[in-house]
Amino acid sequence: MAEKKKAGLFDLRGILALLFAVYGVILTGMGLFATSQEDLDKAAGININLVMGLVMLATALVFFGWARLRPLAVPVTTEDGASAESDH
Amino acid sequence: MHYLADADLRLDAGPIDYAILIIYFALVLGIGAMARRSVNSSLDFFLSGRSLPAWVTGLAFISANLGAVEIFGMTANGAQYGLPTMHYYWIGAIPAMVFLGLVMMPFYYGSKVRSVPEFLLRRFGRFAHLTNGISFAIAQVLIAGVNLFALATVVNLLLGWPLWVSIVVASAIVLAYTSLGGLSAAVYNEVMQFFVIVAMLLPLTFVGLHKVGGWQGLVDKIAPEVKGGEVAGSTADQLSSWPAMNLTGIGSATLSVLGVVFGLGFVLSFGYWTTNFAEVQRAMSAKSMSAARRTPLIGAYPKTLIALIIIIPGMIAAVLVPELRAVKAGTGDGSVTYNESILLLIRDLLPNGMLGIGITGLLAAFMAGMAANVSSFNTVFTYDIWQAYVVKDKPDDYYLKVGRMITVVGCVVAIGTAFIASTFDNIMDYLQTLFGFFNAPLFATFILGMFWKRMTPLAGGLGLIMGTASAVTVDTLNRVGVLDLAGQGASFVAASAAFVVDIAVSVAVSLVTKPKPESELRGLVWSLTPRDQLRHDDTGENAGWFRKPVVLGAGVLALTVVLNIIFW
Repeated sequence: MAEKKKAGLFDLRGILALLFAVYGVILTGMGLFATSQEDLDKAAGININLVMGLVMLATALVFFGWARLRPLAVPVTTEDGASAESDH
Repeated sequence: MHYLADADLRLDAGPIDYAILIIYFALVLGIGAMARRSVNSSLDFFLSGRSLPAWVTGLAFISANLGAVEIFGMTANGAQYGLPTMHYYWIGAIPAMVFLGLVMMPFYYGSKVRSVPEFLLRRFGRFAHLTNGISFAIAQVLIAGVNLFALATVVNLLLGWPLWVSIVVASAIVLAYTSLGGLSAAVYNEVMQFFVIVAMLLPLTFVGLHKVGGWQGLVDKIAPEVKGGEVAGSTADQLSSWPAMNLTGIGSATLSVLGVVFGLGFVLSFGYWTTNFAEVQRAMSAKSMSAARRTPLIGAYPKTLIALIIIIPGMIAAVLVPELRAVKAGTGDGSVTYNESILLLIRDLLPNGMLGIGITGLLAAFMAGMAANVSSFNTVFTYDIWQAYVVKDKPDDYYLKVGRMITVVGCVVAIGTAFIASTFDNIMDYLQTLFGFFNAPLFATFILGMFWKRMTPLAGGLGLIMGTASAVTVDTLNRVGVLDLAGQGASFVAASAAFVVDIAVSVAVSLVTKPKPESELRGLVWSLTPRDQLRHDDTGENAGWFRKPVVLGAGVLALTVVLNIIFW
């Protein structure tokens, strides 16, 4: 594998992790502390804010973990089809 | 008439919902500013320097299409027609995306062209190039206006902002990030939008299903579609995807299936997904041939499944929402239409918090739709019109500057289009259908040109013009009542006509004109391209059986067949 330097274009996975962490915290908070009976009736008894808040926190963790496990890097020589970055 | 609709649809957005919306758009602009740093050349600006990983381009590939027309249109179709709507995905999009990845992408990426019109220039010369370049540029900038108008309408309905404020604010945001960060910013935001849209659609589907009593509850409660006192679509029609006679409006089951498979599946969808540069551009920005081929294939998996969480909520809306039940029973008062299905469902199912996600998802989708139009428009304008015919042979930063300038022009024209649309919305509907017709003959020209080396430059250009003309003719005949096709059948027939006429004209013209010399067609025509030029590197990060395009393509086709059988 070619020698690596820091990637020119930033890593989207970090942004996605950030977005879903913030949304997850907001929704989980809403689900735990600000759910009225009316809200529950609307969603047929499901506390949808809480459920989706937790799902989003999990999503944030997945993106964070993925980005940590396989960090973005580009080879010094970028010849077509021969790059050494591994992020899929 | 619209006053009532406004009052009905106003959502109770609270401070939390606004906070969610603001966080999203702060990130959108942040991505634009950060992507700015990686733009050093025109190729960086227009094609992300061909550097993006396949999962990013794959999600952007389907996200670019997940705009206003798709989200409103497909939930509306779900509410009105039911399961036959699935054909737009499983017969339409998926096979075409697989074909693009397996067969066509090696030509696009391998020939190093920077746009779809540029491929036409290399294969057929200037006539076909100009025909396609100009029609594409005009279509994109006008459709950007349609997306902008749809967005402003939603903001107006949901949040009560005046139309012009939303038009100006939304276009300013799109302009800011597309002119700063170019395609990279557009693509990154499309991926982010994809996840937010899914975060909106998933709970709508699950909560909705829970509320109607599960799948069986939905099946039991679904109502026949009544139009003018007659049943236009029985419940049985809506609950099985074949023969889709309620969708096509074609009276014979055999012809209806033929219309779906050939018109929608083969011509319309292959035309759209394989030749529309707004889509193909995402794949061209991938970092290697392998990643470019995997782009539409990776996109195809979520595309297959998104059909479920976009069409089923539509069907649920027609059962749960009282206003839509009235529309379906033919007793609606005109205050709502099927197009509002998703808005009504959000209103009825999502509490504050998730409501903010819903609003953000919709606005993000429309804005990303507009950004996709703008970012493909500026590329085609700069490379295929300005650099090719107007100001040639300037240094690269000149074209980067032109690209940024024309992005501004594109957004301004889109604002104009949006304002025109706000006074004549039927015209916009019509334009949109019309532009759809540019794609159908394009596919015929591409496929013939890629596999028949004898096809001549004149045939390329004339085929496109005659094909489009015949689609417009069929559509006009249907509109004035000479042909009588209700439903969506008319566009299937129009597209089929365009395809057949394009092939016929191209073959006839080719036989009497002189083809290009074979030496100029290397890499552009199947039989003249060395096989190893169509192959890609499959070592390193492109290694592994699960990254083989054939395996990915076969996998998604198998998934689609299974879903087709389940929802037969």
